[in-house]
Amino acid sequence: MSFSINEYYTKISEGDILLAYKGSITSELINEVLEAVEGKLEKKNEEGKTRKKLYNVLVESLQNLYHHIEETHEGIDEDLEPKFGILVIERGKDGGYKVTTGNFVAAIKTKFLKEKIDKINSLSKEELKDMYKFILNHQKISAKGGGGLGLVDIARKTGKKMAYHFYPYNEKYVFFDLQILI
Amino acid sequence: MESLIIEGTTKTPNVNFDGEKGQLEIKGRSIPENSIEFYKPLVDWLEEYATAPKTKTEVNVHLEYFNTSSSKCILDVFKKLEAIHKNKYDVQINWYYEEDDEDMLEAGEDYESIIRVPFKMIEIVD
Repeated sequence: MSFSINEYYTKISEGDILLAYKGSITSELINEVLEAVEGKLEKKNEEGKTRKKLYNVLVESLQNLYHHIEETHEGIDEDLEPKFGILVIERGKDGGYKVTTGNFVAAIKTKFLKEKIDKINSLSKEELKDMYKFILNHQKISAKGGGGLGLVDIARKTGKKMAYHFYPYNEKYVFFDLQILI
Repeated sequence: MESLIIEGTTKTPNVNFDGEKGQLEIKGRSIPENSIEFYKPLVDWLEEYATAPKTKTEVNVHLEYFNTSSSKCILDVFKKLEAIHKNKYDVQINWYYEEDDEDMLEAGEDYESIIRVPFKMIEIVD
């Protein structure tokens, strides 16, 4: 069976959801999400450390989407808004959170993304720190943002492995799902 | 030299660079999508300040959050300060972090290990 955005979205929005969104990832949307989440966490009296980590992960993952999502997606039948992406924040039973982002990426980028995440997942805390410092000090900031620091930063701050999945869509695109535990 | 004062927003910090006193401050959140645009005036200001710095320059960095895109720009700011320090001027960076915010402390230590300027880590206790 082929991949359906609506089915996917329904499925990942089933748990104890703090926030779920699908649509355009704009700068304004990022502001709104951050403000809403901050408000909710304050109300819940969430512990400062968790609040900060979740906030940081949200900033990095939303800005990753913002910088990398293509404006339009050719050959995708579903009615997608420009710069279409998905964000779901779920409360875990252990008191933590799960942040899931989803977006269409060019199928040819699959290998690059997979290798990058696998590499980051394979590193120890110390190795992540070294990698972060190396990129910080040696790579030029690109027009697309942080020059690849985002995922490394997420891995450092959460101290957990990221999970991902590529759902085949059509010849040109796959749907990329990234899950981050806090 | 004229001070550089930038009012903070939800995504960008307050900036107060006082060239007469040699007191520089960056405070708040730094999470803009386009950090280069925000930090350019700071780097430009420092470049000019570096031509005739005060004997002592004290820099207070008090960030609640910053994104990875800002992290590179902050490094650029620190590199300008490093150049001033290299010219035998006294430069001190005070890195503030909130109690229990180990990530922010670690971020300060990352900079300290890259930049040759004396750092002081200051924990803020509520």
